[in-house]
Amino acid sequence: MTYTPQLRELMKKVEETRPSRVGVNFPRMSQEERQDVLQKFHPDYIEDGFRELKVGVDKGARLPNEMADVFESWSRLRDVELDLKAEPAYDVDVLIIGGGGAGASAALDAHAAGANVLIATKLRFGDANTMMAQGGIQAADKENDSPAIHYLDVMGGGRLENVPELARALVMDAPLVIKWLEDMGTMFDKKEDGRMITIHGGGTSRKRMHAARDYTGAEIMRTLRDEVYNKEIPVVEFSAAVEILLDDQGRAAGAVLYNIETEEYQVARAKTVIIATGGSGRLHYRGFPTSNHYGATADGLVMGYRAGAKSIYADSIQYHPTGGAYPPQLLGLLVTEKTRGLGATPLNINGEQFVYHLETRDVASSAIIRECEERGLGVPLPTGITAVWLDSPILELIHGEGTIERQLPAMLRQFQRFGVDIRKEPMLIYPTLHYQNGGLLINGNGLSTVENLYVAGEAAGGIHGTNRLMGNSLLDIIVFGRRAGRDAAAKSKEMPVPEKLTLEHVKAYHQQLEETNAAGDRVGPVLLPHYTHR
Amino acid sequence: MADEIKMVDIFLMGKRYTVPETLTILDAMEYAGYQLTRGCGCRAGFCGACATVFRMADDYELQVGLACQTKVEDGMYLAQIPFFPGRKARFNLDDIEPSVAHFAQLYPEVYRCLGCSSCNKVCPQDIDVMQYIAYCQRGDFTRAADISFDCLMCGLCVSRCPANIVHYNAGLTARRLYSKYIAKPDPFLVERAKAIKDGEMDAEIDELVTADNEKLQKLYNEREIEK
Repeated sequence: MTYTPQLRELMKKVEETRPSRVGVNFPRMSQEERQDVLQKFHPDYIEDGFRELKVGVDKGARLPNEMADVFESWSRLRDVELDLKAEPAYDVDVLIIGGGGAGASAALDAHAAGANVLIATKLRFGDANTMMAQGGIQAADKENDSPAIHYLDVMGGGRLENVPELARALVMDAPLVIKWLEDMGTMFDKKEDGRMITIHGGGTSRKRMHAARDYTGAEIMRTLRDEVYNKEIPVVEFSAAVEILLDDQGRAAGAVLYNIETEEYQVARAKTVIIATGGSGRLHYRGFPTSNHYGATADGLVMGYRAGAKSIYADSIQYHPTGGAYPPQLLGLLVTEKTRGLGATPLNINGEQFVYHLETRDVASSAIIRECEERGLGVPLPTGITAVWLDSPILELIHGEGTIERQLPAMLRQFQRFGVDIRKEPMLIYPTLHYQNGGLLINGNGLSTVENLYVAGEAAGGIHGTNRLMGNSLLDIIVFGRRAGRDAAAKSKEMPVPEKLTLEHVKAYHQQLEETNAAGDRVGPVLLPHYTHR
Repeated sequence: MADEIKMVDIFLMGKRYTVPETLTILDAMEYAGYQLTRGCGCRAGFCGACATVFRMADDYELQVGLACQTKVEDGMYLAQIPFFPGRKARFNLDDIEPSVAHFAQLYPEVYRCLGCSSCNKVCPQDIDVMQYIAYCQRGDFTRAADISFDCLMCGLCVSRCPANIVHYNAGLTARRLYSKYIAKPDPFLVERAKAIKDGEMDAEIDELVTADNEKLQKLYNEREIEK
């Protein structure tokens, strides 16, 4: 009985309209309607949320205020004495910063290519958005599908702003990645005959979403992690990189690591470096709640940018339409898109659908914001915010009783913990900050604009244009993690051990900060968010 | 509604703090002034970082939960488990089989299970842990994989096991064995992967990669959507 009597009363309208919605598809928006709702309601288009960057290689670029704040910040090493000529604490071929799906995939392929690899990560190995990705991973591995059809979905979903070379790599590698994971013993949902069970996601034209129940990312992450341990690849946890080190020719040559527990700084020297630090949801753009991991604070963007790496579409943020809105303990938490994929419909206070349930994430989010803000048809919550319903019980009507328990066990459990039975009661949702569409610009091998500095996973940009489709992120972290791992390993073989490690680029960046007075008293990367709940 | 929130007393490692009752344990620790490093991960019940042991005042029974998925209650005494030194067997998946003999070499301690059910009592995911260990003993990796699937690897089961079994690693190995050797490989996936490697899919996609945006937009708008 978590829902208040008022909410229970409103819920009756959802129940009333439910039978009439089974098997009936709400019309899709036209291209003009999509553009209109995006421009009026998507936070990416609300100008006072952005400002021009005053320093660095992308000076003048438009960034969300909260991201500009961490870009325009002093190094954590500003007052730290560090002997870069001393024997480094770590000395490897390939340094991988970040222990999520991209970092683990990069490590496995770099190791397979014969490189001496180190993974350094801020929290535990596997503490990453990968672990939380529920819904699935896309790959064109059905007869009626092809990488080209997948490509069209990726480009159209990304508003044709994707870097074509990267989108091509993404879709062409996709079936190979699924095969790689299958061979590694990843437990995908399959039919008796071994065929992958695949469904739709927002913006897909074919059913190509592979899942492992609704723990898809967790299943992939724990398998990759297990394999990294099997290969005895060294992993150093609770060691956050805070700056990239360059050599005297401006090539990446390692990083300075910060031991979060002992508060010591250590030097890791490497011939090539891969930034796989993930996203930035914990910066809470425009005050939105987030579905992201605790550690998603844009560290890699900040470090990479200071080292001279260019960014792309850093002003494009994805708001996931179905974030938890109530009960309050679930605020911002992701309600997997698989829920919509299976046929759950968003509804307003009158129990009426107002948007096609499989619109792309940007359009669906904007439509929900419009329903609440402009039309005033949101459901008022006791916590003072408004939300819309997501009719989960309809799934039991569409696919039969027991569907939710079988297909959405994580969701069922999560809501049950706070007193809501999603088999009988619809969920209350509102868009949540979910993903950084852009990032540091890479080429097809994951190489940034700085020599020997690679980027993979959410920290990289260009692959998804300005809107990523569901199931293409789990895919991209592995595709580009592996590509970066292989190329970084190959490159490391041509490189001598870097001699003169330097932080001169940080000094130069500081100079710009001083000249522009841009940093105030901010220090970055912030590493962890600070919450008081007051 | 902020002024209507009821406050409760909780005890973080024995020290009393007064916190709003709507908060999860994790949020309550932050409300109390902690900056969490260990014991905090995804904050959404997927990563197993925040295993917490608690007891209510005047009760002898120890309870467990994930700090991000459990609301505080008045009189709660609690501590987090930051890390548990469980052993993981190293193996090359290509060199082992889904057999009792191979599994017993990797995890011999599963045969020391006393049947006490302590693991089941502490699992925050309500998994029948003891049962999947029994399936592992018997080499029934299909069932072990199925039952253990929702495991978050938080380590609470291991912390309570009198036989020193590392359930979560045994379960993960069972799932990898099942997925690699017992579940059938997708036959078309093999075909598709080969076609890509052989360059058979190149022409179709390169036509799109080189197309201008006007043409792409038209193709996108008119694309057929599978029912």
